[in-house]
Amino acid sequence: MLVIGGGVSGLAAGLRLHDAGRDFLLAEMEDQVGGHSRSGTNAITAFPWGAHYVPLPSEESTEVRRLFERLGIITGYEKGLPIYDDYALCADPDERLLMYGQWQEGLLPKLGVSKAEQAEHQRFFAQMETFRNLRGQDGRRAFCIPIDASSADPALRALDRISFAAWLEDQDYGGEHLLWLLDYSCRDDYGAGLAQVSAWAGIHYFAARNGRAANTDRETVLTWPQGNGWLVERLAAPFAGQIRTRALAVGVQDGPRPLTNLYLPEEDTVLLVESRAVILAVPRFVAARIVHSPAARPDAGDFHYSPWLVANISLDRLPAGPGAELAWDNVAYGQSMLGYVVATHQHLAMNPRQTVITAYWPLDHLPPAAARAEALARNGETWKTLIAQEILRMHPELAGAIRRIDLRLWGHAMVRPVPGFIWGKARQQALQDHPPLFFAHSDMAGISIFEEAYTYGIRAADAAIRHGPHPT
Amino acid sequence: MYELIAGTLASYLLGDSVTQFSTIIGAYLSAMGIGSWLSRYVKRNLVGVFVQVEILVGILGGASAALLFLVFEQVTSFRVILYADVLAVGILVGIEIPLLLRILKDRFEFSDLVSRVFTFDYAGALFASLLFPLLLVPHLGLIQTGFLFGMLNVLVAIWLLFSVPDVIPGAHWQRGMALAALLGLLAGFIHAEDITGTAEAATYPGKVIHAQSTPYQRIVLTRAGADLRLYLNGNLQFSSLDEYRYHEALVHPALASLAQPRRVLIIGGGDGLALREIWKYPSVDQVVLVDLDPVMTRLFSSNNLLTQLNGNALRSPRLSVVNQDAFAWVRQAAGRLAPFDAIVIDLPDPSNYSIGKLYSLSFYKALGGLTHADTRIVVQSTSPLVARKSYWCVHDTLAAAGFQVTPYHAYVPAFGEWGYLLAGQKPWTPPARYPEGLRYVSVAETPRMLHFPADMDYVAAGVQRLDNQLLVRYFDEEWGAYAAAW
Ligand SMILES: Cc1cc2nc3c(=O)[nH]c(=O)nc-3n(C[C@H](O)[C@H](O)[C@H](O)COP(=O)(O)OP(=O)(O)OC[C@H]3O[C@@H](n4cnc5c(N)ncnc54)[C@H](O)[C@@H]3O)c2cc1C
Repeated sequence: MLVIGGGVSGLAAGLRLHDAGRDFLLAEMEDQVGGHSRSGTNAITAFPWGAHYVPLPSEESTEVRRLFERLGIITGYEKGLPIYDDYALCADPDERLLMYGQWQEGLLPKLGVSKAEQAEHQRFFAQMETFRNLRGQDGRRAFCIPIDASSADPALRALDRISFAAWLEDQDYGGEHLLWLLDYSCRDDYGAGLAQVSAWAGIHYFAARNGRAANTDRETVLTWPQGNGWLVERLAAPFAGQIRTRALAVGVQDGPRPLTNLYLPEEDTVLLVESRAVILAVPRFVAARIVHSPAARPDAGDFHYSPWLVANISLDRLPAGPGAELAWDNVAYGQSMLGYVVATHQHLAMNPRQTVITAYWPLDHLPPAAARAEALARNGETWKTLIAQEILRMHPELAGAIRRIDLRLWGHAMVRPVPGFIWGKARQQALQDHPPLFFAHSDMAGISIFEEAYTYGIRAADAAIRHGPHPT
Repeated sequence: MYELIAGTLASYLLGDSVTQFSTIIGAYLSAMGIGSWLSRYVKRNLVGVFVQVEILVGILGGASAALLFLVFEQVTSFRVILYADVLAVGILVGIEIPLLLRILKDRFEFSDLVSRVFTFDYAGALFASLLFPLLLVPHLGLIQTGFLFGMLNVLVAIWLLFSVPDVIPGAHWQRGMALAALLGLLAGFIHAEDITGTAEAATYPGKVIHAQSTPYQRIVLTRAGADLRLYLNGNLQFSSLDEYRYHEALVHPALASLAQPRRVLIIGGGDGLALREIWKYPSVDQVVLVDLDPVMTRLFSSNNLLTQLNGNALRSPRLSVVNQDAFAWVRQAAGRLAPFDAIVIDLPDPSNYSIGKLYSLSFYKALGGLTHADTRIVVQSTSPLVARKSYWCVHDTLAAAGFQVTPYHAYVPAFGEWGYLLAGQKPWTPPARYPEGLRYVSVAETPRMLHFPADMDYVAAGVQRLDNQLLVRYFDEEWGAYAAAW
């Protein structure tokens, strides 16, 4: 079998094929697996290049929980609740927000927030709590991870047809601070603000996560210095020998034994691979270009992607600032760049002298194609200057302490859950397998998160295994 | 550079390094903004003004650390002087760069020039911020570092005065002024020790007999009569008059309860005073001492007064000193080293999130990997009277790590009522006897140490985890309230 793509979904599929004892090859175009969850490292620390955390797996995330048990992230159970590895839980303080030149703990604005607005915040979070426990007429939870486990109740799915902004207005939410927080949350998870994403997706962010733990609060997340790169390393390790990096799939010809053209830049040759089945763990817009099949005609016309810029900034001093102390995630109120996470936060050493911070910037000020064009037109130096300016705006005291800045532009970083997408036709079509072609990618969920990528990878591998007899 | 000096100095003197640092840097940057705005009113004699600014920066910036040190105890409004100084230096430095740009404009292509100056500035700042914590502060100290950079500024002025005197009206008399400034700064550089001495003498009760900055802390030793005191970052660590109470109480209830303690681990305790008590057990043949700061262990094994106090405890062939971060070391060692018979944890109080990690459930669990069924652990754990919830939080955390915990306390005049916790896989039984010659701990005193009056008795406080840092929050609250009340 052939797996195309070494992101989380491809690695999940590979791991499942490996466990089943199948003969397979995983082809990844980059020189390193991980996709949007890959990580890097320098003399100071390892750091993420994209995905940097996973929330506590929800009730429905059974595959992910099984993986976490296998990797020792879940060390046991107490009264039915998972016990998590202390070192993987994000150390306190986890979040802080810069407002009016003062850092405050947590991301919910507190400084200068009126009584009326505070009441509004409470009303919003109470409503989300109701959604968290809400079940549709079919008895399933309204909002789930994985998304396909969610209720099919039409009344709930109707929420997917309007924008989050419209729903909020309809529900009479209008406070500046709440809207900022919600817009921030949507940009953080979807790379697009609350006017761009559907109400269903917006509520999902707050209502789907119901994972609990024996040894920490529900809000605590799992993270490592290299972010989800930690998971990537462990997913790939058992079958490292079956991974071929710098191998770009340029065409997949459907048939009883599909034929795949792999371009190998090293040798400047095209390798023709014949396999029993192909798992396409690539973004939908890539699948649409490389698959040649009369039956499965992947179409990416309705898939919209947010571009992101990620910068890793090596510092000779820890960031400081008045008010709350340095946290893992540090966000500035009202700033276009989202903020940064600190790679050394999970280190145990008492006094790191140097650190790497990872700054995240969803480029949503223009429509995606225009934003991509603008981002590409800027050279590295211009980007570095922009990043340095944003960081120094948050931290004037870091003047002179920026040792270097490394950049990564993700052109199609995340699929956007625009209104109508999650429960619309395009996604339903993408979910269909066309044996011997199987599809796996977080795009198919309409939201890009680890749990979705992993679950689709497992699902595709299981289907591929069922499809063909064991070649003995 | 000057802003780094002022920031560091302020955090030494006023405490709370993070806030001091950022407000000072903020003030400095805005002053630089004002300076560069002012610079456009310089219309003529650019080089001459530049030279004068350089000399002024040299004098003011160079001497500011010394000045601030000296006035700290004398004035009530120290912050006013601190910020006035930072603003003045900031404004002058702010004038410098635009002037330099305009002077050099005629000599280079302008765009090339801007990038050159900023590359210089960037590289310079990078260089300085690297040099500062790594080399200058540990070797020269703040005051000498200040004078050194002051001299560099004045040298630039002197170089200009001698190489292009024609474009500077009055170059002649300015040379004299610059040389005088240079000499003054040099004198300050040479006598920096005396200045620190005078200044610290005023800050601390008693005479400062040793003061040193390391990458981790400022170490100050004072003496008043027979009383020798150690301060780390301004916080009292011990007074030689009563430290025996603290250290006897720390070590003996644990060690004397063991039949034949052989291998002992000390975490923290670079002063060798806990170690002095441990050597009172002849059965001990191996001690590993893990302390982050090599300067501490070196100082306490070489300085005469200190080796007298710790009885040369750090100079034993049975001792290995590990200068490493304790958490990383424990995690590495667990399972690889043979378990210890006793573990003495003598760390600073949990006053920030970094140290809080060394009081966490995860740390105690990792420590479990260095124990056997009879290992006795003891943890110094702040004052159960002043910081009651903090104390019992450490207790609850040790219990959550699976240890049997016994709380006790001792009265140490320099600190007040102080708390400790014994932990082990089995319950602790009070020793039937203690080594000869102890001055405080005894079989008769033990029940009193174990008794907790109502005002410091158990309160359920919860567990200090890496992901909640409960203890650091309690500690901050309780000692904050105490400081406010007094
Ligand atoms: C900036 C950023 C931050 C994020 N933060 C988080 C986070 O904190 N938590 C979280 O859960 N998720 C986060 N995500 C989402 C993240 O993308 C998913 O968690 C997950 O990594 C998606 O995995 P995937 O396998 O679905 O897709 P991808 O990561 O897109 O994997 C696809 C792989 O296929 C390869 N490929 C593509 N075309 C070809 C071809 N023709 N031939 C061969 N190989 C090919 C690619 O190189 C890539 O390795 C973030 C994403 C970004 C961009």
